[in-house]
Amino acid sequence: MATKTEIKETYYESIIKQGYTRRDFMKFATYITAYMGLETSMIAQVAKSLETTYRLPVIWEHYQECTCCSESFIRSDHPIVADIILDKISLDYTLTLMAASGHQAEAAKKATMEKYKGEYILCVEGSVPLGDDGNYCCIAGRSAKDLLLEAAEGAKAIIAWGSCACNGCVQAAYPNPTEATPIHKIIKNKPIIRVPGCPPIGEVMAGIVVHVVAFGRLPELDGLGRPKAFYSKRVHDSCYRRPYYDAGLFAETFDDQNAKEGYCLYKVGCRGPMTYNACGTIKWNNGVSFPIQSGHGCIGCSEEDFWDNGPFYERLTGLAGFGIESSADTIGKVAAGVLAGGLAAHAIAANVSKRKELKDEISKGKQNVKKLDS
Amino acid sequence: MRTRTYKRVYVWELPVRIFHWINVLSITTLAITGFIIADPPAIMSNMEASERFWFGTVRFIHFGTAYIFFFNMILRIYWSFVGNRFSSWKAFIPRDRKMWRNLWHVLKVDIFLGNEKHPDVRNISVGHNTMAALSYVVLFLIALVQVFTGFGLYSSMSGWWLPKLFAWVVPFLGGDFMVRTIHHSATWLFILFTLIHVYLVFYHDWLEGRGEVSSMFGGYKFISRERISKKKVNITNVEMPVETEPDSVN
Repeated sequence: MATKTEIKETYYESIIKQGYTRRDFMKFATYITAYMGLETSMIAQVAKSLETTYRLPVIWEHYQECTCCSESFIRSDHPIVADIILDKISLDYTLTLMAASGHQAEAAKKATMEKYKGEYILCVEGSVPLGDDGNYCCIAGRSAKDLLLEAAEGAKAIIAWGSCACNGCVQAAYPNPTEATPIHKIIKNKPIIRVPGCPPIGEVMAGIVVHVVAFGRLPELDGLGRPKAFYSKRVHDSCYRRPYYDAGLFAETFDDQNAKEGYCLYKVGCRGPMTYNACGTIKWNNGVSFPIQSGHGCIGCSEEDFWDNGPFYERLTGLAGFGIESSADTIGKVAAGVLAGGLAAHAIAANVSKRKELKDEISKGKQNVKKLDS
Repeated sequence: MRTRTYKRVYVWELPVRIFHWINVLSITTLAITGFIIADPPAIMSNMEASERFWFGTVRFIHFGTAYIFFFNMILRIYWSFVGNRFSSWKAFIPRDRKMWRNLWHVLKVDIFLGNEKHPDVRNISVGHNTMAALSYVVLFLIALVQVFTGFGLYSSMSGWWLPKLFAWVVPFLGGDFMVRTIHHSATWLFILFTLIHVYLVFYHDWLEGRGEVSSMFGGYKFISRERISKKKVNITNVEMPVETEPDSVN
């Protein structure tokens, strides 16, 4: 916890104080540099930054969420991530992990916000309900929206963890009773890093935090505000089953021989081709596996409105406004059928309505045939 | 009883005809490969996976044809500035009362199948009628939707700057889900357009007998002799003599 008496220390000093060796520290620097997608020549720079940068105060807010993002983060496979970045040095306020509670905790947060105004990083986990004056999510007697606006005011940058903070996730799915709203729709005047996923990969989260603290600036972001290092490729493009896709070998159902052979799950609804994430390369649980490797298609958890984009086990997405189960193809087939019927009816009506004209033309044509020179 | 005397008019220039047929072939190819990509058939064989690449080939054909479709469209836009009056961009936007009246005429006579007491040959359009012209504007807009969403989806797989120009489309529409749904649904609009388009070409050919169908092959349509001014004779146009000819079928 940040207190007035605390002496400023660098990340490196904190890490050594925790009992890690210089060797452990260098391993961590190498590991995290690789995850950030940087060259090996950058390892020294990352290490140097961590040695010389004073720690950034972090306020970690929890709103409408399930804490799976925090869970994912503390299970990141390098102990320094959990021990140093999250647990011991960085977090000045996080409901789940801090020791303080009640008024004490709120006072600590207030102190950090005042002392480090314009310097602290605000991490947000969860969406903000705007419905009914924000009464669906209150902490310490205040609404999430109120708290977010206050905390964002003095923040240097905001990291929106997980699909809740990035696009509302399940609570924003239709009909969205609480009007759950992602952070970027509420805060417009601060740089926001969006780290979607339900949850995001722990190593991705660590990589982003280290990037921000080590280089003092945000990582390169794409059009949706996601770090390019982790979200520039579709899961499909880094999937180890991709060769089966190109070969046209697909599992038709989850219990057929093709599924056993490990063929592509495209036809059983895998969202890999539409989902931007690093699951195929970084994987989960210390790089053990990821959903597709375990035989289940990607559900597209890091994409916007993934709960509303039709059944998880079907390829085609439903079309809004045409009933729940109707797909574009069903509508297209019906429309084409109706249209073909209409055109046939029009053709018949044309021949009836214009019968005089047609009869006239046909008889003229026949007369001309008679007049032909033989 | 006399049959009308027809004159031949060169309506669709060669580039317009080439555009039309490339468009037909590429849209057909794109629609077929597109539906295969959306829902691939289960093709089984005892070949090793490494020996097979048919799905990759289908996707390659789809992307390659998309480029042909796109550049064909660009050339047609160019031609709408240098081509004749029937292919000009001006023919596609109703600008004056005459064109709006033509729209009303087509609606009354060809869509609701009314009969006129005194048919006026001048109501028969030589190039596109206003209704048809507007339908091609709509088709052009749908084609733009396909170009933007298609290249948008393709951009992250490409290193070339052209598809990269469309990279903003995916974040703009919120993600691949939405882009793909639009791209897939718009294909059906092409199919619906084709049904109407082909039907109406046959309809006009059958009722007017002016070579509507063959005009997209040879470029000529036939119009009543009365339509051609006897005073203003274009000397370069050798096919239109001034003298009256004996009545016969030309």
